[in-house]
Amino acid sequence: MAERLLEVDDLHVHFATEDGVVRAVDGVSFELERGQVLGIVGESGSGKSVTAMTLMGLTRGVNSHFEGQVVYKGKDLLNISEREFQDYRGAEIGMIFQDPMTSLNPVYRIGEQIVEAIRAHESVDRRMAQRRAVELLRQVGIPNPESRIDDFPHQFSGGMRQRAMIAIALACNPDILIADEPTTALDVTIQAQIIELIAKLKDDFNSAVILITHDLGVVADIANEIVVMYAGRVVERAKTRELFYNPQMPYTWGLLGSIPRLDRPRPERLHSIKGAPPSLINMPQGCKFRPRCPHAFERCTQEPPLENHVEVAGHLDRCWLDNEYKRAYRDATVSGGHTEAA
Amino acid sequence: MLAFLVRRTVGAVLVCAAVTFIVFLIFIVVPGGGPHGTAERIAGKNATTQNIINIEHQWAFDRPFYVQYWRMMKKMFDGSLVSYTSQQNVVSQIVQGMPATFSLTVGAGVIWLFFGIVVGVISALTAGRLSDRVITVLALIGISMPVFWLGLVARYYLAEGGMTTFFPDGEYVAFSRSPTAWFAHLILPWLVLAVLFIGFYGRVLRGNILDTVNEDFVRTAKAKGLTPRRILVKHVLRTSLIPVVTLFGLDFASVLGGGAILTETVFDLHGVGQYAAQSISNFDLPPIMGVTMYGAFFIVFFSVLVDLFYAYLDPRIRPT
Repeated sequence: MAERLLEVDDLHVHFATEDGVVRAVDGVSFELERGQVLGIVGESGSGKSVTAMTLMGLTRGVNSHFEGQVVYKGKDLLNISEREFQDYRGAEIGMIFQDPMTSLNPVYRIGEQIVEAIRAHESVDRRMAQRRAVELLRQVGIPNPESRIDDFPHQFSGGMRQRAMIAIALACNPDILIADEPTTALDVTIQAQIIELIAKLKDDFNSAVILITHDLGVVADIANEIVVMYAGRVVERAKTRELFYNPQMPYTWGLLGSIPRLDRPRPERLHSIKGAPPSLINMPQGCKFRPRCPHAFERCTQEPPLENHVEVAGHLDRCWLDNEYKRAYRDATVSGGHTEAA
Repeated sequence: MLAFLVRRTVGAVLVCAAVTFIVFLIFIVVPGGGPHGTAERIAGKNATTQNIINIEHQWAFDRPFYVQYWRMMKKMFDGSLVSYTSQQNVVSQIVQGMPATFSLTVGAGVIWLFFGIVVGVISALTAGRLSDRVITVLALIGISMPVFWLGLVARYYLAEGGMTTFFPDGEYVAFSRSPTAWFAHLILPWLVLAVLFIGFYGRVLRGNILDTVNEDFVRTAKAKGLTPRRILVKHVLRTSLIPVVTLFGLDFASVLGGGAILTETVFDLHGVGQYAAQSISNFDLPPIMGVTMYGAFFIVFFSVLVDLFYAYLDPRIRPT
């Protein structure tokens, strides 16, 4: 069995705001092993980015409240001091963000921004760090890295900037790379390249990846396991193949159904999940997906636990529907929403 | 880079030319009154008829406007502009006032920039807490206090014996005569002039910093594991200071150009600003025209400097 790097156990992240307590993450658990790619999927406001930023300690603040555990190599990151956390950020866990256009500082050269990341954790001289930065840029696929290293971010295209961001995140060879919607701001053609690059570098650097996205298509190829989040909770979790072929939770059906597919008859209209995610301050009672779920019944006013309902071990979901009902209704949604369009 | 410099310099010269034309319009054309009216205004109080006729002829007020403009320009730039009220040469008066004005500006500029940054950083870092609120109130008081009032109060209490006579009371002493006296005489004017700017710069910088800390690249810096101090100095301050540089360049230029009329007058520094104030109260037109041009030159010159410095600070606008 591969080395377990990270164990998130019943994580809660709450923010005190003027309007009330925002329960951004409300009970999230997962594990990550070396070499693995974990996909976290969900729509905007489902808590996936807050989860990721919490792993990096970026959600700490006077108005934040944490519960649960984030254990990295035996150490609970929620309880260490800010000073200690600095040694983890970048060195042990690297992160790339959604918008490469704004995530690099416009007034410093690309090389300087990579060198800075290296020298934050390792006592190497500037020339040595510079040489490593060139090598990193080469590894992330920037042509002519020797000269491009002296460019400023505005001289890079969006895809190149995201590559540079990846180089920064990998500069100190972290064990975990967190990619928070790394392709959302990029062209579709570039998206695939970036995802492939992340998968390749994961092997080169022998690390693990947490890939956050709202697009199941993005994680389909490279994730080993997928966590589906809704309203701050994990609503379904399974190995990638299992999740795609045997989804249990109506929310997951909706996500799958909203992907345009070439291998199925074309629906009149692409499926969409009606309504919007609930307010994180004032959540519905019971199952959080209940108000939008076409299959909800009385029992759904109590919240279902995250449990295993199928033969495959490790496939967990939060749903009261029985397996027969699910089998009967699932395909209609997943295959492209004929029911909704009719 | 050279092309950029040339372009900006040519632009600056054109702006200066436009300013001379506006000066011509404001002081000579717009007030009207025909050749006699303009000449009477320039001659000042108690002028004889012969005086006025001479001026009318010298300044060509009986000729077309372009000849008038040309004469005005010639007088300004060949140094023959004189005040008819006091018979003093305007250029030499301005030159005499420059050491005092420059000393005032440089000292006050250093103080207000330094404390403006300190105040802005502290209040941004403690935003919402007590020190931020105290600073905000003090800054607003500083901005709202009229310089002439603050100057007089400072003189009364700190120089004339209201509380102490520790500081010398007004006047400017040349640096070459006595550096210590120069310094002692300037402390109060420096502080009084700086108070207004400190409050203002502090507020501007506070706002910029609070905007910048929410930028994505600051989050990236944090994700690299940099120390908070390094993030602040290298990533936040560097970007937040860019607008402050603009402000400083133009404010500095305007004080250098005689804009600190009130401070110079209250402390009797005999600088360019005080010269302007005296000329205004005497309706002495030629010195006012001269000081206006002199001030405009500094503003234009410093705005070119600011542009160049901008290009250094922000590579996105650097000419390639």
